[in-house]
Amino acid sequence: MIVDSYRFLPRTFRPLYEGRGPLPGEEDPVWAPFEKRLSESRIALLTSAGLYVKESQPSFDLDGERARPEWGDPSWRSIPAAAKSGELGVAHLHIDDADILADSEIALPMRLLAQLAGEGVVGSAAAKHVAVMGFQDRALNDWRHTTAPAIVAHLREQGADALVLAPT
Amino acid sequence: MPVLARWIEAAGIPTVVVTMMPALAEERRAPRIVGVEFPFGHAFGMPNDAVMQRRVLELALRVLAGAAGFGTRVDLDVEWPVPLREAYRAWQPKEPSPIVKKMLEARATS
Repeated sequence: MIVDSYRFLPRTFRPLYEGRGPLPGEEDPVWAPFEKRLSESRIALLTSAGLYVKESQPSFDLDGERARPEWGDPSWRSIPAAAKSGELGVAHLHIDDADILADSEIALPMRLLAQLAGEGVVGSAAAKHVAVMGFQDRALNDWRHTTAPAIVAHLREQGADALVLAPT
Repeated sequence: MPVLARWIEAAGIPTVVVTMMPALAEERRAPRIVGVEFPFGHAFGMPNDAVMQRRVLELALRVLAGAAGFGTRVDLDVEWPVPLREAYRAWQPKEPSPIVKKMLEARATS
């Protein structure tokens, strides 16, 4: 099966995404070889669903986005792997959050990854995963200069060998 | 998001992007891509469907560890079990996002 990338997208949005090519300066291939066996590797997860730990972390700034519709909160959250679905909030104005609130595994499958680690499919799961909010301004300067380096540092701290990213 | 994968990959950490828009991830030059024909907000499948979620994550891990080179794309062979019209409505926010609201207002006045 070849996935239809536009199946669920309103037809009027399609030209915003289709045939746009790479971002300026992002044309060249990038490649980090996966060097260990999967069964010896520590895997981390990243979601762009705007997840945060309700009790200890601020929400992503949705009021800021309402005030400036082209802007999206570029910050990130460290999500403890042990956090339960009910402990997580969803801050994302571009999707209906009911299904993620019902089962956050559809955006950030931390329990499943822990289970796969238990079965030996992967070596281990990072103790803390990553959440961002996927709607960003076009220039992406904050993501490029602040958020991405911070996430890389976080992944290194976690001893993560590789990352599974899931856009929303 | 694909460009975030590129920056993390460029720092030496292998990445795979699990996405409902694999064509966009290819255009944006993500190194490893798993395509899913699922509604937005549902990268790993239906809520409380552990079997479906596992199929997605296992494929992502296989592509992550096994892709031969840059630009590898593998699409998951799973159809969304909800009728299209219903699923299309269900993923969308109850009120339009600020940017969509602004676009609709601009269209209405043009």
